[in-house]
Amino acid sequence: MFNSQELIPLNAYLLIASILFCIGVWGLINSRNAVRVLMSIELMLNAVNINLMAFSSYIDGNLIRGQVFTVFVITVAAAEAAVGLAILLSLYRNRTTVDMESFNLLKW
Amino acid sequence: MTISTSTELICFLILSSVIVSGGLGVVLIENIVYSAFLLGGVFMSVAGLYLLLNASFVAAAQVLVYVGAVNVLILFAIMLVNKKEVMKPIKGLKLRKFFSGCVCAGLLALLFRVNIITNWATPGPQAIGEIATERIGEHLFTDYLLPFELASVLLLMAMIGAIVLARRDVISIELETTKSIQENIINNSTDNVLLNQSND
Repeated sequence: MFNSQELIPLNAYLLIASILFCIGVWGLINSRNAVRVLMSIELMLNAVNINLMAFSSYIDGNLIRGQVFTVFVITVAAAEAAVGLAILLSLYRNRTTVDMESFNLLKW
Repeated sequence: MTISTSTELICFLILSSVIVSGGLGVVLIENIVYSAFLLGGVFMSVAGLYLLLNASFVAAAQVLVYVGAVNVLILFAIMLVNKKEVMKPIKGLKLRKFFSGCVCAGLLALLFRVNIITNWATPGPQAIGEIATERIGEHLFTDYLLPFELASVLLLMAMIGAIVLARRDVISIELETTKSIQENIINNSTDNVLLNQSND
C-alpha cells in the first residue's frame, strides 16, 4: 500500500488533507456563527492546498506547477476573506446578529 | 533510519496531529476567539508541512498571507461583531448535526478509499528542492502570466468591493428613514454637510 522507498508516503499527506477537508465541510454546515463559517471555508482551502503541494512535490517534482497553483489559491483566499468579512459586517449592521439561521433574506 | 529521516517523521507526526486537533477545535469550541487563535495554529502547521515538502517560498507566503492577514482580519471581525448573544434553540438541531456528521464521515471514507487503492505514480521525477522559488518565478512570468495579471485585478476588485461593502453609508441610511436613526445622525454629527442633507 505505502511506497517504502520514501519515508513519508504521498498517501499520508493526502489523508491529512482529506481529514481537514471533512472537518471543514462539517463546520461549514453546522456553524451558527457566521465568522465560524468563514473559518471553515479557510480550513477547506488549506486542505486543498496541502493536496496540491503534496502532488507537486511527489509526482511533478521537476516543474512544480502545484506550487504555482497554491500561490494562486492563497491569493484568491485572501480576496475571499476580505469580501466575506465585509459582507458579514454589513449584514451585522442590518440585522444586529451573526446567527446564520436568522439570515433568511432570500427566502420566499 | 538516520537521524534526519527520523526527525522528518517526528515533525510530520507532530504537525499532522496539530492540524487535525486544531481543525476539530476550530469547529467545535464554543468560544469563537479561541477558535480563531487555533485557526492561526492550523495555518502555521500547514506552513510547516510545506517546509517538509521542500517549498520554502509557499510556506513563507502561507505564513504572511494566512497568519498575517487572513487570521488578523478574522480576529478584527470577531472583535467588531462580538456580542454575547444567546442563539435561539432550533428544533432537531442534534439530529441535523448527527446526519451531517454521517455525510462527512461517508465523504471521508470515500476519500480514504481513493487514497489507498489508487496506484500513485511515485516516485516521480527528482524533486528540485531549493531552486523551487526560481522555478515559481519562471512559471509566473512565462506560462502563467495571464493568471498572474488577473490575480492583481482580482485583488484590486476585492479591495474596492470590501471598502464599498463595509463603509458606513450615511445617505442610504437616510433613505430608509426611520425617525430615530435620522435624529441619531443629526445629534452625532458635527459636520454641517450632514445637517444640510438631512434637512432637505
